[in-house]
Amino acid sequence: MSAGVEITAPARSARAWLVPLAGRAEGVLLPLAALVTGFAAFALFLVLLGKNPWTFYTLVYQAGFGTGFSWTNTLARAAPLLLAALCVAIPARLGLVVIGGEGAIVLGGVMAGGLGAVLGGWPALIAMPLMALGAALIGGLWIGAVGALRQWRGVNETIASLLMAYIAIALMNHLVEGPLRDAASLNKPSTAPLAEALRVGDMPGFSVHWGLAVAFLACIGAWVLIERTTLGFSARIAGGNVRAAQVQGLPVTKLVVGFTALGGACAGLAGYFEVSAVHGSANASLAAGYGYTGILIAFLARHNPLAIIPVALLLAGIEASSGLVQRRMELPDATMTVLQGFIFVAILASETFTGRLDLTRWLSRGERA
Amino acid sequence: MAADFLTRRRFLTTSAGLAGAAAMGLPARAQGGLTVGFIYVGPRDDYGYNQAHAQGAAAVKAMEGVTVIEEENVAETQDVQQTMESMINFDGASLLFPTSFGYFDPHILEVAPKYPDVRFKHCGGLWTPGMPENVGSYFGYIGMGQYLNGIVAGHMTSSKKIGFVAAKPIPQVLLNINSFLLGARAVDPEITCQVIFTGEWSMAVKEAEATNALADAGADVITCHVDGPKVVIETAAARGAYVCGYHADQSALAPELYLTGAEWNWATVYTDMVAKTLAGEPIPNFVRGGLAEGFIKMSPLGPAVTDAARAQFEAVQAEIMAGDYAVINGPLADNSGNVIAADGVSYLETDVELESMDYLVDGVIGSTS
Repeated sequence: MSAGVEITAPARSARAWLVPLAGRAEGVLLPLAALVTGFAAFALFLVLLGKNPWTFYTLVYQAGFGTGFSWTNTLARAAPLLLAALCVAIPARLGLVVIGGEGAIVLGGVMAGGLGAVLGGWPALIAMPLMALGAALIGGLWIGAVGALRQWRGVNETIASLLMAYIAIALMNHLVEGPLRDAASLNKPSTAPLAEALRVGDMPGFSVHWGLAVAFLACIGAWVLIERTTLGFSARIAGGNVRAAQVQGLPVTKLVVGFTALGGACAGLAGYFEVSAVHGSANASLAAGYGYTGILIAFLARHNPLAIIPVALLLAGIEASSGLVQRRMELPDATMTVLQGFIFVAILASETFTGRLDLTRWLSRGERA
Repeated sequence: MAADFLTRRRFLTTSAGLAGAAAMGLPARAQGGLTVGFIYVGPRDDYGYNQAHAQGAAAVKAMEGVTVIEEENVAETQDVQQTMESMINFDGASLLFPTSFGYFDPHILEVAPKYPDVRFKHCGGLWTPGMPENVGSYFGYIGMGQYLNGIVAGHMTSSKKIGFVAAKPIPQVLLNINSFLLGARAVDPEITCQVIFTGEWSMAVKEAEATNALADAGADVITCHVDGPKVVIETAAARGAYVCGYHADQSALAPELYLTGAEWNWATVYTDMVAKTLAGEPIPNFVRGGLAEGFIKMSPLGPAVTDAARAQFEAVQAEIMAGDYAVINGPLADNSGNVIAADGVSYLETDVELESMDYLVDGVIGSTS
């Protein structure tokens, strides 16, 4: 046993420990680098505008994540975004680009408001699940129809879902201004206010409603479904190669309709929580654009339901800080949209580096030489 | 398996990004004096609803010992609740003007009880006894302004057809449409007014389409009630029609064809409420006013206005200023023949009957549903 052997042995074991990690590090390093690049590019943009990027990012941190109130603000905004992102991410595992989640949110809200008006006298234990179920059902039907149109009529799901979102909003306007309108809602047509017993309250300890917890569970559930069940495995195969899936005898049509419907149900649930936890009745405020922010989140999370959670929190935090940035730095409201655009472009551009960051080879360069 | 690992790592990525952005202290907020927060639902330079409020805020900025903070494009959702709390928590605001109608219920009513020392003043006149005492509302009788618009329009139209682009068939809007037509009929009872509802408070494409449709139908004086009249005014002027403004002064958009306009004059209300707050005096929970109180004003008459139009405009304006002027006078029927006001019945601007208006008067071509 010479001293030389004693020295090389631990070095080799450390390398052995690093190599398998390195093979996987790309998944962390690429999005991280993209995020930093996006932030840096935006900083340059701010400098060109004559604003201090340091102040900007300090404010974003402070207002989005820096205090207890900031976290409440961020989490409260995140709840509908998580569910809206699932409406994009779940069908995306089948290779579908569904961008009309807004329609399912809006209709889910109207369903919750309409049912709530009818079920006013019922015990909450029965009425609340019925409302949630109704909202998820209409959302599921709406987006499920997009999947069905694609499978049976060959209609492009992206266009269909977007156009159906416009139909959904028109339908909502018709319903809350017509058949479902509460006669007392004079200048802001709405459904009848929900009975206090049917309202979803805040979680104990902080002022964020229970929808957030449900949204977290939905993300975890979707991840388990996609990554840990044979059904999810079938969906991923169909998403990767439809022909291969068909040859294997996988029920592609059922998968497409089922997964789009599931995504729609999540969005419908978001509408339910907007009405029962936030607004107290259904009205035009339901069309707040959550469905569209959800698209951005799902793409940033690369359609991984677990990754949706931190990405949604990041974007909610950025939106939570929008006000403070407007007020302190006299930047326009569109600033945050520009920042989101920078991040989005950076993340998309980073995809071209996938597979080129070969750390394993770099680590074992000595052995090869 | 590798994919699982990647996604788990990605889960952490954004949190790491946040830690990176995590920086140090916050730029200090303005110290001392009174901080007043203004919240707008759209851009504050929209030539309309929001600009009218921003002009009021600008008047407050000029006051001694007052810091004004503003935020624009705040949706009538969780957003506005968080913005109000953010202004209170981060900027120490103790007087808030959340200016959009839809901010009131449930958002202001939700937040106000948490901050009893902060005053919440809302535009729209919705406060009723029993609601939190630190909440109040204010509104103006702007229907009178549309009546004066109508008088000028009645003189200037040669086709005897005038047009109105409206957002939604709600009482406030219906009162404006009816007032515009009745003003024109005070000049010539043969005049008709065609109305087109866009269904949205802000939807530029539909507003342009509606304006073109009115011009196609022969309307040669056009006004509107949407959040931002810019598109209507520009489109109408491009078609060679005269225009009457609404919300704010739009004369710059069509200098030759702009006749006059019904404008909010929120500076009166805001400077008064801020002065009372500075002096430690109470502000009534329910404040309303019209032309005489300086809550609304008319744009200066444009170059095209004839002497006859000017004379009648000024005479009626003087009568309105003197008080007890009624626009709705019996006998009057709606446009499907139902009696609204019997012979001898008149409704003053202050009458509560007008607040649940659900009809279009005889002479208006259009339908509320």
